[in-house]
Amino acid sequence: MRLPCPLCGDRDRREFYYQGHALMLERPLRDAGDAAWDNYLHNRDNPAGETRDLWHHEAGCGAWIVVTRNTVTHEVLDAILVEKARV
Amino acid sequence: MGYSGFKIIKEGLFGQKGWKPVWRNPEPKPEYDVIIIGGGGHGLSTAYYLAKEHGITNVAVLEKGYLGGGNIGRNTTIVRANYFLPGNSEFYSHSLKLWEGMEQDLNYNTMMSQRGVLNLFHSDGQRDEFVRRGNAMINQGDDAILLSSEGVREQVPFIDFENTRFPIYGGLLHKRGGTARHDAVAWGYARGADQRGVDLIQNCEVTAIDIESGVVKGVQTSRGPIRAKKVAIVVAGRSSQVAAMAGIRLPIESHVLQAFVSEGVKPLLNNVVSFGMGHFYISQSDKGGLVFGGDLDFYASYAARGNLPMAEHVMDAAMTLMPAIGKARVLRSWGGIMDMSPDGSPIIDKTDTDGLFLNCGWCYGGFKAVPASGFAYAHLIAKKMPHKTAAKFRLDRFATGQDLLDEEGTGSQHNLH
Ligand SMILES: Cc1cc2nc3c(=O)[nH]c(=O)nc-3n(C[C@H](O)[C@H](O)[C@H](O)COP(=O)(O)OP(=O)(O)OC[C@H]3O[C@@H](n4cnc5c(N)ncnc54)[C@H](O)[C@@H]3O)c2cc1C
Ligand SMILES: [Zn+2]
Repeated sequence: MRLPCPLCGDRDRREFYYQGHALMLERPLRDAGDAAWDNYLHNRDNPAGETRDLWHHEAGCGAWIVVTRNTVTHEVLDAILVEKARV
Repeated sequence: MGYSGFKIIKEGLFGQKGWKPVWRNPEPKPEYDVIIIGGGGHGLSTAYYLAKEHGITNVAVLEKGYLGGGNIGRNTTIVRANYFLPGNSEFYSHSLKLWEGMEQDLNYNTMMSQRGVLNLFHSDGQRDEFVRRGNAMINQGDDAILLSSEGVREQVPFIDFENTRFPIYGGLLHKRGGTARHDAVAWGYARGADQRGVDLIQNCEVTAIDIESGVVKGVQTSRGPIRAKKVAIVVAGRSSQVAAMAGIRLPIESHVLQAFVSEGVKPLLNNVVSFGMGHFYISQSDKGGLVFGGDLDFYASYAARGNLPMAEHVMDAAMTLMPAIGKARVLRSWGGIMDMSPDGSPIIDKTDTDGLFLNCGWCYGGFKAVPASGFAYAHLIAKKMPHKTAAKFRLDRFATGQDLLDEEGTGSQHNLH
C-alpha cells in the first residue's frame, strides 16, 4: 500500500505511522462527560468500506495526514493535511 | 456414528464407503430458544456447551458462509495457558484443561499435540519478566520451566546462538502448550452440537436484529426472519457490523493478521518457538510445513490478505532466528480479520438489550480460547450470569477504567496491541 502524502507525493506505507480513526482529531472538552470520552478513546464505527484515518509521515516530511481509504479493498482515495481536515 | 480405530480399519477394508455426512443441513425453523450468530470456533463451541452443560438444544447457529471458513480455519493453531493477569490467567488455564479432554469429550480427533511452547528471551530484563510470568503460570496451577541457553540448545539446536544483536539467553518452556488441527476443532464441535439437536445453518447471513422495547425478539437473515428468545453475537472480525444492528458501538477495531506456510521439510521443530525480539513465532505441521507468523499489519482492514511490509518483517525475523530455514520456499500466505480491543483482551458480556449477548475482542489469540469461551458464553446465555472463569471480560471496563486487562502493559489504546 502506498499513501499519497500531500507534501511528498506517493510514498511507501513503511514511512508512515498509523494512529487510528480520524475521530482522534475531535477531542472532547475536559468536562464533556464519561460517555463522550469513552466514545473518543475506545468506541469505533470500524467501517467495512470507506474510512478516514490518521497517519503520521514519520520517516518523511513529518506531516500528520487524514487518509480516506477503503478497508475492504485497500484502495486509497484521498489524503489531506490535518490542518485542512480540521476546518 | 461414533469414531474408533476399529471403524477406520473396517472402512479401509470396504473402500471407505460407509462414512456419512457429519452434520445435518436443516432448513431454519421459525423460532428458537437461542440463536448464535457466527459459526466460527467460538459460535460452535458455545452451541455445544449450551446443549451439553445446560440441556438447551433448541438452538440455531447462523453462519453467513460455511462452517469454519473464518478465523477458525486461518489461525496458526497455537494453544497455551501462559497468561499473567488475574482474569486472563484463570480463563486460559480452564481452556487448556478443556483442550486436554476435548478429543475424548467430542469423540473427534482434533490432533491436539502438547508439543510445548518455548518463548525465547534475549536480555537480563526479559529474563526477569519471563521468570515473573512463569511464576504466575505455576501459581495458577499450570506449568512453566525456565531454560538456560544450554537448555534451549537441547530443544532447538539449529537456531542462531551466535547472534550478537539478539543472543539467546534462555527460554520459558510451557510443556502443556502446543498445537491442534484448527478445522477439526470446528468440525468436532459442530458434530457434537448437531448430534445434540442444534441446527447448524450455513449460507445464512444475519442482516438485522429485532428489538422491541429493549427486549430482543429475533433476527432478519438472508434466508428470512427467525424469532428467538435469546440472541448471541460471536462473529470475530465482523463484530462491529453485527453489534451496530443492535445500535451498539463497540470498542473494537478490525485489523488483518497474516500467516505463512513453507513447503514440507523433514522433522525439524518439535515445539512452538517464539522469538522474543521482533514478532515471530514458528511451528512445524504434521505434514512437514513450517507454519509461522508475526504481528498485525497495523492499520484497520477487512481484507483477508496482508501487505508486503509485514511479510518482509516476518521473513527478516525468521532469518535472524533460524537462518537454517532460509532455503525453504514459502508455499502460501493468507490473512484473517482480527477483532482488536483496546487492552488486547476479550469481552464476554450481556448488553443493555435484554436477551442479547456479546462475545468479541479475541484479537490474535482466540483459537486457544475456543473451548473456554464457548463454555463461559453458554453459561452466560443460559443463566444470564457470567461464569467465574470469565467474569472480568466486561464490556464496561473501558468506560470505567476498572479492571482493564492489559496483558502487555502497553496501555489501553487501539493502536498499541
Ligand atoms: C493468521 C492468524 C493466526 C492466528 N493464530 C492464532 C494462534 O496461533 N493461537 C490463537 O489462540 N489464536 C490465533 N488466531 C486468532 C483466532 O483464529 C481467532 O481469535 C478466533 O478464531 C476467532 O473466533 P472464531 O473462531 O469464532 O472466528 P471466526 O471463525 O472468524 O468466526 C466468526 C464467524 O462469524 C461469521 N459471521 C460474520 N458476520 C456474520 C453475519 N452477519 N451473519 C452470520 N454469520 C456471520 C463469519 O462468517 C465467521 O465464520 C489467529 C488468527 C489469524 C487470522
Ligand atoms: Zn510527507
